Amino acid sequence: MAVADLAGARLRPVAGDRDRRARRVMLALIAVLGAVSVLSLGTGASGTSLWAALGKLARGEEIGLREEVILFDIRLPRLAMGAMVGAALAVSGAVMQGLFRNPLADPGLVGVGAGAGLGAICAIVLGAALPFALGDTLGQYLVPVAAFFGGWATTILLYRLSTSRGRTSVAVMLLGGIALGALAGALSGILIYMADDAQLRDLTFWGLGSLAGATWDKVLVAGPLIALALAATPFLARALNALALGEGPAAHLGIAVQRMKNISILTVAAATGAAVAVSGGIGFVGIVVPHLLRLITGPDHRYLLVNSALLGAALLIAADMIARTVIAPAELPIGIVTATLGGPFFLWILLRNRSLLDL
Amino acid sequence: MLSAADIHVDLAGAPVLRGVSLTARPGGMTVIVGPNGSGKTTLLRALTQDLPCRGAIRLDGDDIAYMPGWRLATRRAVLPQASRIAFPFTVLEIVRLGLMAAGSPPPPGRASDALARVGLAGFEGRFYQELSGGEQQRTQLARVLCQVWEPVGPDGARWLFLDEPVSSLDIGHQIEVMDRMADYAARGGGVIAVMHDLNLTAMYADQVILLAAGRCLAAGPPAEVLTDDLLSRAYGCALRVNTAPPAPATFLLPHMARRVG
Ligand SMILES: Nc1ncnc2c1ncn2[C@@H]1O[C@H](COP(=O)(O)OP(=O)(O)OP(=O)(O)O)[C@@H](O)[C@H]1O
Ligand SMILES: [Mg+2]
Repeated sequence: MAVADLAGARLRPVAGDRDRRARRVMLALIAVLGAVSVLSLGTGASGTSLWAALGKLARGEEIGLREEVILFDIRLPRLAMGAMVGAALAVSGAVMQGLFRNPLADPGLVGVGAGAGLGAICAIVLGAALPFALGDTLGQYLVPVAAFFGGWATTILLYRLSTSRGRTSVAVMLLGGIALGALAGALSGILIYMADDAQLRDLTFWGLGSLAGATWDKVLVAGPLIALALAATPFLARALNALALGEGPAAHLGIAVQRMKNISILTVAAATGAAVAVSGGIGFVGIVVPHLLRLITGPDHRYLLVNSALLGAALLIAADMIARTVIAPAELPIGIVTATLGGPFFLWILLRNRSLLDL
Repeated sequence: MLSAADIHVDLAGAPVLRGVSLTARPGGMTVIVGPNGSGKTTLLRALTQDLPCRGAIRLDGDDIAYMPGWRLATRRAVLPQASRIAFPFTVLEIVRLGLMAAGSPPPPGRASDALARVGLAGFEGRFYQELSGGEQQRTQLARVLCQVWEPVGPDGARWLFLDEPVSSLDIGHQIEVMDRMADYAARGGGVIAVMHDLNLTAMYADQVILLAAGRCLAAGPPAEVLTDDLLSRAYGCALRVNTAPPAPATFLLPHMARRVG
């Protein structure tokens, strides 16, 4: 009896231990992501049915060219890009919040998105002036790589600005981020003035902030950067947990603080840069997703980062589905969907949890 | 053994520590005392590499500047003077962070054991931000204890560096925590603590380091350092040390400090 009790006590999760819940949420999110993906493949302005096409394939029949193009060259790359961009935005938000030790540090909010945008615009407008060989080698990658460097420079600048002697000042971070964002916006404006007609068309397409232009090319361009960023997160999780105590205490726990800060900044820059380069910047995902997950399963980054990637991907796919269908056959920019859903939702979360939010 | 030779620290261009040396042995408790601003926290932060300093700090003969962080983390744990946590972690999650530095995976109940040792059994599920100041301080102490649970490890003695570990505790918990620290030292670990309470210092310290204006005024056993003359000089007020007749421990009365009229 006593032994059974002991074993029971061992197995029962201790109060305050949210690991098990986080793992269950992870499984649920995988299921949700799968479901949303299938749903998204089956929905679209053309009314092409995924099931009909799959049924034909299963019976060994040919599917029509039109169906094939719509499913494999329009919907599938768009799905892949939505998942990638959603995961990238949510994870870069979560990592940046961990790095700055603040739930408001979102790349979009503090100017990193604008910095990445400036990089992308530089590439579009000034790319033609590059030495021919360099422009040719980089080719497709020029815009995302430039966006990455723009985001990287902004993140580093912001961290230097707001952190002194291991303390990050929230006020300086937010205000400095706003200033950096405005500066990047102004420089972008100047570049846009300098652009010729062809470049302006590129810029307009790029700046729409939507997944409408998704192609396999774009997926292959942004994919590697985002995959690299996501691959770094498992190594960051424990260090970000320790960093919640402050830089000094994290170092005393054996964390190589400077190195983990560098990796975090590179991760944020790569994920934000790639996402901005292909989608033009979509708001709210990076702040709402990690925040919501923190409320459900706690701030433990071992789960927070993975779950953020899953939820961010699922959310963006769903938002894109809404964007494609509410005013079909026309499309809403997805940024409008994420803002109208995310804004009020975020305010509601804030109001409910004022006591737990510690700036 | 931990030894620091001729430590100098400048902060914001002004010298804060001007050549402090100390030697602390495991198996005993070393307590740093001194008035506000005398450099106690600065000394502790220099000893734990939170601040750049001039002078050498050696742990069992090895210069700690050349020891990798992960190895130091298995040898010493540090309790800062004030701790703020960024996200809504629970007490258990905070204490478990201390286990991160442990080399081999510890037994599952370790974090709860540590909480029980600081009188916080049952607090696992509470949010850290919703605890009282003293409860937060004891949670941090449990985290630090988790990190260097066994006083002696394969590489030798382990160390606790504590900046005012009992400053916001009531007298009962002060005694409980000081007993824990004394027990840690008695089992072979090293303890270096900054304290303001001279009575507790007299009761528990094996060595007292008295700082004043960035210099070491005296170092040695409590009976030699906590004297009328030295304390009056350090704190700038008349103090008289006394001994309760039956017990060997030193105690002091602040009554002399009060000027009548
Ligand atoms: N970051 C800093 N920049 C400049 N001066 C500092 C800094 N931190 C501390 N000082 C100064 O160094 C001196 C020693 O400070 P320290 O924190 O070591 O004092 P302390 O002995 O721990 O005091 P307390 O008993 O109040 O904790 C003080 O005069 C303080 O003003
Ligand atoms: Mg101090």
